[in-house]
Amino acid sequence: MQNPSDTVFPGADRITETVYPLDATLSELFATSTLDAAVTGFACAQLAGFAGDDRPVLWVQDRLSRREAGRPCLAGLPHGLKLLHVMANRPVDVLWAMEEALYSAGVCAVLGEIWGDPPALDFTATKRLALRAEAKAVPALLIRRAATPNLSAARQRWRIGALPALSDPYDNRAPGAPLWQADLFRARGRAPGAWVARQDARGLVLSHTTQHDVARQAIA
Amino acid sequence: MTQQMRLTCPAPQTDADTPLPRHAMRPTGGAVDTGQIAMTGTGVTTTGDAEPAPRMGRDALSRRIVSIQFEDLAIARWLRWATQRHDAPPDDLPVILAVDGAHGPVVYAVNRAARCAGLQPGARVVDMRALCPQVRVAWADPDGDRLALERLMLWARRWCPWTALDGCDGLVLDTTGSDHLWGGEAALLRDMEGQFSLLGLSTRLAMAPTHGAAWALARFGPVRAVVPPDRLAQATAPLPARALRLDGDTVLLLQRLGLKTIGDLAAVPRVSLARRFAQTALAHNPLARLDQLQGRLPEPVSAEREPPRFAVQARLAEPVQDPVPHLPALCAELCAALEAADCGLRRLTVTVYRADGEVSAVTAATARPSRDPAHLLRLFDDRLDRIDPGFGFDLITLTADATEDLARVQTRLDGRADDGAQLARLIDRLVARLGHAAVQVPVPLPSHIPERAAGWLPAMSGRDANAMTRPAHPRPPCLFDHPEEIRVLYAVPEGPPAQFVWRRQTHRVTRFAGPERIAPEWWNDRPGTRLRDYYRVEAQSGHRLWIYRDGVLGDDRGDVPRWFVHGCFA
Repeated sequence: MQNPSDTVFPGADRITETVYPLDATLSELFATSTLDAAVTGFACAQLAGFAGDDRPVLWVQDRLSRREAGRPCLAGLPHGLKLLHVMANRPVDVLWAMEEALYSAGVCAVLGEIWGDPPALDFTATKRLALRAEAKAVPALLIRRAATPNLSAARQRWRIGALPALSDPYDNRAPGAPLWQADLFRARGRAPGAWVARQDARGLVLSHTTQHDVARQAIA
Repeated sequence: MTQQMRLTCPAPQTDADTPLPRHAMRPTGGAVDTGQIAMTGTGVTTTGDAEPAPRMGRDALSRRIVSIQFEDLAIARWLRWATQRHDAPPDDLPVILAVDGAHGPVVYAVNRAARCAGLQPGARVVDMRALCPQVRVAWADPDGDRLALERLMLWARRWCPWTALDGCDGLVLDTTGSDHLWGGEAALLRDMEGQFSLLGLSTRLAMAPTHGAAWALARFGPVRAVVPPDRLAQATAPLPARALRLDGDTVLLLQRLGLKTIGDLAAVPRVSLARRFAQTALAHNPLARLDQLQGRLPEPVSAEREPPRFAVQARLAEPVQDPVPHLPALCAELCAALEAADCGLRRLTVTVYRADGEVSAVTAATARPSRDPAHLLRLFDDRLDRIDPGFGFDLITLTADATEDLARVQTRLDGRADDGAQLARLIDRLVARLGHAAVQVPVPLPSHIPERAAGWLPAMSGRDANAMTRPAHPRPPCLFDHPEEIRVLYAVPEGPPAQFVWRRQTHRVTRFAGPERIAPEWWNDRPGTRLRDYYRVEAQSGHRLWIYRDGVLGDDRGDVPRWFVHGCFA
């Protein structure tokens, strides 16, 4: 959905922005670094549209993801988002729980976190998830840290990294709203591309700001 | 292979105290005419001042109790163990099992050959060795015998829902209403004896209206005695006084008084017996024991757990290795019974009875009452594979352990199922596979310490999380369970670090926000807990972290404060 808007970035020229909706299919989000939560923030920005829903979001973590990336913190998530948290020991249990959740109509979205490249996460497993998500029209996000983008049936594959944040309007020493480098390197039904992503009241916003612009904003 | 199913709806245990639940009011097969019993209950008393048997809501003699005594449980277990080691002695070799006594080993159990040679339990082993030099002595395992007996007690639930231990060598079963399912009372006893003999256990059984009478008849009466209420006095009269479950001193006293049988004791006026034994404990009180035997003093079979109200079972002609194909029919049967009673179940147990005397159970729970056979079946999807089949199962039971009222309701006008039910089913399936602790919902708690601001409750608890008030300062989307310590380099001790090392990588701080000072909760924390100064920092690489300093320099609560990473910002 192309929705050009004429919002002016602080410290930048007129930039064409796109509000990016969350498609009801399987998306894989690869983290470029395991030392930050940019990919979690990107996923939460996409899930922020479900904040008023009375159905919860199913959040499944495997053991390593929970230890290395931490457990969801209710105060840091989009306000009003309901959560059903599942801690699975093995990646195969994460896949099973996601599939069960997509099978039922009780959740509004499914978010899974899998660490590394387990053998259980192959083309068949991702294809099952993608088909089921599309059949039930429930979005499914799969966060992968310390992983290589191998063969997969995910309809959208993103690579997410952190960029220096916008400056805080009230404190120029402090980081403000976060920015992410979002790289859609494989997609079905749309063209791949690279964007700078951020979250605002409309949801996830993608724009073609360059590194130079961002650096300029950071200085400004 | 034939498959029979039935619905067991056992009658409650207590006689008059508790009002009966509506669904349990079913005619029981073993109950007999009440007028007949009232007559026999008083028939044995000879004195005029004796009161008739107290008339309660249900008649005291209307139950059918089976008592089972295992004659050589310890020896049979030891023989099985020795056979596994190819070390079993021939039948004609005397064997005794010994336990430690005050003055050396004491005989605990003897086999048949040893009994014929005159060896007795309770005697000292050295004396028995002198009596019979070729005797083989092994150590007994009373705790193991006890555990085996408890397993047998569970296994005996194949016949009726109420079973309990009875001393160290017996079981007691309340088979009221169950006997017709096995072709009558005599056939039931024959079946029990046959099943136990297949396990290598020789038993003595009896069925009577009271626990005391069944105990006495099993040990001192004829083989497989079945005594109806009207012949109770006549059948127990010739039994010796030992059959009243009295201790040795009291039995000796009764013998000296010339009261050798139960009939003799029953003929003595109650007043005399009451005067002589009024204050004594139950084990020394012949009058109380006699009342228990005759049903004047209630003695219900107290099972550890209340038997389930709804249970169905599949009895198989031959043992099978896989119980799964029988589950759909059982689920449908159970759900039909639940629907007839307007109930839904919260906890469901599949119990499989192995042919060799082992019992295994798998339990599943549901987040809200349910009676949907397809859903219940899915809760056991691949959980029954973990049961060791041994030589196969010959009985599969499906019980609803916890039930709640569930009326038929239509929640939506358009006839679609509501989302709450869908979510509850999802939680059921997740919990059935991953366990209670793995599926949780966050609930906000009144605390300003970040890790205590949200608690995690099992999703099965049914608590619906209400929205959290938004904190004044931003919080990261994920928090570490255990904050990770970092090595820092700072310009001033009170300020944020200029550079820090976390996970073996050096980060140079470019921007920061803070500090946000969070004081310890003195009403919760241990004395000496230090305050925390939280900083939101951004490193040169773009990583945004939430770090804190544990304490300040000079707060008299430890030396130089340490730094931790508590979470990552988006």
